[in-house]
Amino acid sequence: MRFYSILYRTPDDEAERRSADAAPEYFVDLALDQIVTGITAGREAYRLEADFQLPLSDPDAILYRQEVVRELQRDGVYDAVTSFADAMVAMRERLAARDAAHYRYQRDRWFLEAILTYVRAVRGLTAELGATEPRSRGISGLLAYLGRLTSSDAFMSLAAGAEDLRTAIDEIVYDVLIQGNTVKVRTYAGEADYSAQVLATFEKFETSAPKDYRAKFRDHATMNHVEAQILDAVARLHPDTFARLHDFCQERRDFLDDRIAAFDREAQFYLATLERVRVLERDTGLRFSLPELAPSWGGTFAETMFDAALAIKVRDEHPVVANDVRLDGDERLIVVTGPNQGGKTTFARAFGQLHYLAALGLPVPAAAARVHPFDGLYTHFEREEHVEDLRGKLHEELVRVHDLVERATNDSLVIMNEAFSSTTASDALLLSREVLRRIDARGTLGLVVTFLDELASLHERTVSMVGTVDPEDPAVRTFRIVRRPADGRAYAIAIARKYGLTRDALSERLPA
Amino acid sequence: MNVLLMDRERDFDASRSLPWNFDDVVADLGLSWIFDAMAGGDEVIDAVVRRAFAGSLTDVDAILYRQAALKDALRNPEAVRALYDLASSTVEDERRHYFGLLKDHPDTILRRSVEVMAMFAERLRALRTIAEQHVTAFESEAFDRLFLEVQTELDDTYLARIDAHLKDLRFRGGIPLSARLGPGNVGSEYVLREPNEPEGGFFKRLLTRGPATFSFTIPERDEGGFRALDELRDRGVNDVANALAQSNDHILGFFRALRDELAFYVGAIRLHGRLAAKREPTCMPSPRPTGEGRRTFQALYDPALSLQIAERTVPNDLDADGKDLIVTTGANHGGKSTFLRALGIAQLMTQCGLFAPAHAATLSVSAGLYSHFKREEDVNLESGKFDEELARMSDIVEQLEPGSLLLLNESFSSTNEREGSEIARQIVSTLLERGVSIHFVTHLYDFARSMHETRDEHHLFLRVSRSESGARSFKLEVAAPLPTSFGEDLYQEVFGEAPGDPEVAPAAPMLGREDGAPAEGATGND
Repeated sequence: MRFYSILYRTPDDEAERRSADAAPEYFVDLALDQIVTGITAGREAYRLEADFQLPLSDPDAILYRQEVVRELQRDGVYDAVTSFADAMVAMRERLAARDAAHYRYQRDRWFLEAILTYVRAVRGLTAELGATEPRSRGISGLLAYLGRLTSSDAFMSLAAGAEDLRTAIDEIVYDVLIQGNTVKVRTYAGEADYSAQVLATFEKFETSAPKDYRAKFRDHATMNHVEAQILDAVARLHPDTFARLHDFCQERRDFLDDRIAAFDREAQFYLATLERVRVLERDTGLRFSLPELAPSWGGTFAETMFDAALAIKVRDEHPVVANDVRLDGDERLIVVTGPNQGGKTTFARAFGQLHYLAALGLPVPAAAARVHPFDGLYTHFEREEHVEDLRGKLHEELVRVHDLVERATNDSLVIMNEAFSSTTASDALLLSREVLRRIDARGTLGLVVTFLDELASLHERTVSMVGTVDPEDPAVRTFRIVRRPADGRAYAIAIARKYGLTRDALSERLPA
Repeated sequence: MNVLLMDRERDFDASRSLPWNFDDVVADLGLSWIFDAMAGGDEVIDAVVRRAFAGSLTDVDAILYRQAALKDALRNPEAVRALYDLASSTVEDERRHYFGLLKDHPDTILRRSVEVMAMFAERLRALRTIAEQHVTAFESEAFDRLFLEVQTELDDTYLARIDAHLKDLRFRGGIPLSARLGPGNVGSEYVLREPNEPEGGFFKRLLTRGPATFSFTIPERDEGGFRALDELRDRGVNDVANALAQSNDHILGFFRALRDELAFYVGAIRLHGRLAAKREPTCMPSPRPTGEGRRTFQALYDPALSLQIAERTVPNDLDADGKDLIVTTGANHGGKSTFLRALGIAQLMTQCGLFAPAHAATLSVSAGLYSHFKREEDVNLESGKFDEELARMSDIVEQLEPGSLLLLNESFSSTNEREGSEIARQIVSTLLERGVSIHFVTHLYDFARSMHETRDEHHLFLRVSRSESGARSFKLEVAAPLPTSFGEDLYQEVFGEAPGDPEVAPAAPMLGREDGAPAEGATGND
């Protein structure tokens, strides 16, 4: 199969990316926008957002990327690709210098330098990758492409032409005589280095630590008009070389190979992620890993799963708590209950992120995991609009939920967080039961965060998970979510007592 | 090029800091009189001789090296003076050209450096002339070496080369550079090229037909253009301006070192002159290694004292070979302290490579000279004085090593004689065991007597001699210590009999009653 890209096996795979113009609806709910921003920070020029916004559902397409990730985790490969990326940055700097320059001979020279940097980068990548003997389809495909490219006539003549020109320019030495405000330029005629002679004369008075009176000169990116006139004169002294330079630059305007340019961009998809993963692992002590892919929801699990967006935000200031989750047999619904601010929503987000990042073919925030690729991900998180009309709010919520239920399939994942909170508990219970039954009928995987303990024992395929508190002080949350029947509301009383808000305490505090 | 007039191996460092106790030694020995006589108001000489005294030489060869140079200087004072003036004025003149050179453009640095170098070239020529005139009259290794080096290094060829460079470095024909094309084809690797080549040179080739030359001129109002041109010029002359400025620094360093070392000899010549004018004897002392324990003088005197008074001082002879302890006792104002000072000054002057204040002198070098003199201003202070003495002593002990010389003048007298003697005994005997040589002027009779009774052949006891008439002679003689208070005589006077007379029963102790009235049976003057 001819190499196409390290992100997509075929142009068809990529077509969807080109058509998507916005992030999926659930991006903000699951804090995926923060993760993507965290990953791409500093690399905005590569325009990777669109690639991060397209989850893959074909297991082989996911595997294709996982292979590349594993490949890049080998030292030699990682170094080769990052060196190449750095060289491409240097090439773009030279192109930018060319754009900023006014004088023709300056522009041509910068363009030549850009070409030389490009040639060096491509040759370097070919050699270094070749030495690592890549195994992934993506990288070995790339290497084959590089081999063909570097041995092509077009590339070789580009390289040879550029190198010849550079040699010719390097050989130019010219004389400049400054007489008052006149400048005379002529070919160098072999005069001796005068500074060396002066130094030799006064050597006999040398002491050990002389003061340095030399001025430091900054190199200017742009040329002033005096230098430009000198350069003009030099060009007239060497008309052939400068004409050849100009022609070469004109001919080779499109020297940059499309596939290579694309690779430079796509490599950053992986490099940025791996770099961010390394930092998060170092800061939190938690691990990322490439998940196994399962053919169905059965056997889904994650070990020490955590919210990557939270980890990025808090860095090493607070410890980030990780939790385990698993689905045995035909379990298809996870109901998470427990105290407020106890980490339930974070847990739900982590579960969503786990699946989404897996669908990008990237490492997921868990030490080990097995996931089933989804064909659709639907979230329903409480929106913050302060609608005064509670009835209107409930209506709007029901419409959204209905839409969600209609679209879900048995390969879909639904995550709901505190649904129907704008109505009475009994209404909420009724509505929730209904919705969850429908979802269950479709075989969709659901994770529901709720204050309705009853849902935790809805049917045999329900997994109850509870946010725990510190047994010594119920006001302290551990942020650990464990598999357990729902608690009821025992914890609420203890907290109330602590703040003097139990009936007895309040009676004493308030005057009769 | 090095000066090496004061030391065979290295130039004298006039900026090194003085040792911690130097002020004490200067005050105790009255050295300021000597420094002032040497300097004659010249601050440079004052600083140099102070450091020379402080940086005592302990190597016999090093001392002889300097003595030889000193002999030359004493024989040729005008030549030395002329050299000193030349070096001094050169250093002064350079200072006038220097203002904030470091912040200037290379072009400015170059122009100033050319001026200074031109001045230096003239002085180097003058230096060579003096060297040529006087080389035959000087015999010491130090001066011979210097004169020879000056003649060889600063020969006509070399001086002509300097002149040629100076002419070229004014760049009257313009600044010639070569360059290559750097990134973006901006000129880089500017190298200054030789303006006047043997075959024709840069300028000559301009006038002959040859390869094309393209030129352009910056218009008058183009300030940006002039700035660009200035920077180009600066880049071109950067290295050579630096080279010239550094060379100037080097030459200045040479003249400064020359000035400093000659300052020492100028000062010595002056001191010699002052003493000779009073017909006080001086001699080149014979330095010996520490281990030999030599110390003999003929007609040793205190030169600092001599500089203060109109008359001649009273000299003393001394034979203290093999003695590590000299104890001097006797009546006050008898010349004890003066002699102590004379010994200290003679030691320092010898270890400076100077002449000694004596008719003849042979002495071993010491590893450091320390003085612990009674402080005059402390005389009326009550509490803490003994503390102060001991604290000072302790500081000195920190620095002592075998071979050190310690001068004690009335030390430990701020407490009663018994205690003072005990402390003195302990300190002195311990230090002697550790190889320190001690000269002690003291009234602590108990101490002096007990040391004398050891009959140690390495101890020497001197005493102020009094003539029959009781007049002071300022002469010292070798003699055992005498008790200074004449208690026996007084007792005799009061009691009418000598103390300890066996025929008289010891008197009962005089008791008093509580109300102060004498007890019954108490004797009195009946």
